[in-house]
Amino acid sequence: MGLNEKLLRLSDLEFCYTPGIFVLKGLNLELASGERVGMVGPNGSGKTTLLHLVVGLLKPGAGEIEAFGKPRRSEGDFWEVRARMGLLFQDAEDQLFSPTVVEDVAFGPLNLGKAPSEAMRIASEKLAEVGLPGFEDRITYRLSSGEKRLVSLASVLAMEPDVLLLDEPTSGLDEEAVERVKNILNKLPHAIIAVSHDREFLKQVTDRWLKLERGSLNSVDLN
Amino acid sequence: MSCETYLKGDSPIRRIDPRCRVVAALGFTLLVAIASSFAVLGAALLLAALISLAADLPPAPTIRRLVSLNLFMLLLFLLLPLSSPGEVLFKLGPLAWSSEGVRIAAVITLKANTIVLTYTALLSTIDPIRLGQALHRLKLPEKLVHLLLFTIRYIDVVHHEYDRLVQAMRIRCFRPRLNLHTLRTYGYLFGMLLVNSFDRSDRVVAAMKCRGFRGRFYTLSEFSAGGREAAFAVVAIFALFILGWIEWA
Repeated sequence: MGLNEKLLRLSDLEFCYTPGIFVLKGLNLELASGERVGMVGPNGSGKTTLLHLVVGLLKPGAGEIEAFGKPRRSEGDFWEVRARMGLLFQDAEDQLFSPTVVEDVAFGPLNLGKAPSEAMRIASEKLAEVGLPGFEDRITYRLSSGEKRLVSLASVLAMEPDVLLLDEPTSGLDEEAVERVKNILNKLPHAIIAVSHDREFLKQVTDRWLKLERGSLNSVDLN
Repeated sequence: MSCETYLKGDSPIRRIDPRCRVVAALGFTLLVAIASSFAVLGAALLLAALISLAADLPPAPTIRRLVSLNLFMLLLFLLLPLSSPGEVLFKLGPLAWSSEGVRIAAVITLKANTIVLTYTALLSTIDPIRLGQALHRLKLPEKLVHLLLFTIRYIDVVHHEYDRLVQAMRIRCFRPRLNLHTLRTYGYLFGMLLVNSFDRSDRVVAAMKCRGFRGRFYTLSEFSAGGREAAFAVVAIFALFILGWIEWA
């Protein structure tokens, strides 16, 4: 993959939950490899909706989603997209559904066809990467919120994606946990789209900022 | 979680492959359920007690479990003889207790104790997740296994959600009474719980799809059956054969 290759291109995207009431309208976005985009916007402006459209959890009413150089329309197209774009959910409780930590982190690699031993190795490696070495056999629902967030991040990283889509990665975390998430993200080479209300966080982790307002994206300066 | 009460400890029984234990427990309890002679049921109860000892169950919760079971059985001894015909054993005014009813109650009590002890010793000692995986290997329909595994994972989350809603009610001075307001409020509570759980299941499926889920579970752990399982199987089949022979031969 060459530098500056377009990882994602959204053109004229349109979406509504209730017919006639547009959440997104005429939305355009491009993401090049290694690029880090921060996205702000009021509650209910469609930030999460946008991320879910990108990985095909929702289908746009109109417009085109192009990822990794190919237009993406069917569920099959998006399976490939999801393997290369890791989405971190707003609520870690939704993401961590396996009883133990290692099973959750290994879930993605197993789905991608890795052998159990290989998936296990990846899981341990990613847990160490997010600063939770030795957490393999911990019970997911007994973790603290900070730990849950980090395990979710490890489970996304275990897919070895090119792009990270982060939906409110710091919400509900204390300062120390936010600092940890920040340090981990800044060590990663991935292209990132991060949605957050935490402007300080966005300034430190991303380098191009957009505001989602009235259904489309505009450049904004957070400084 | 109460399903973890019996998980601690180590004993030869606990080291037997879960698949083996599931099949043995099923075969044994089926036989107990259809047998009717006191000799067989007594022997089966003795066997179940021996298995429980070998499984090294924690005594206090096991006894509590049996006591609550047998309190219920007491009710059977009280009520069943009233409704079964047969030789009158005891009379109190218009009420007559028959010996046949006492016999039936005794049979049911023996069966119930045997089955509870067997399942406690052989199945409660399996980690619920391992149990789910074992059932999957035993070709139980995938949907049922998923249902079990997701229930184990999310029962706690749903419980928290329930607690939060109840707190929100109490903080506004709700006290359950026998009136329409209480009924309506409980209706809302359970309705909300259902809606929340349904929404969450949607989000969980979305999160799973994002990590490449296509309707199939792959598991990390492997099962292995060896000499210990073979020995256990031989003993189990032998015991079943003897019990069946006494009952029907």
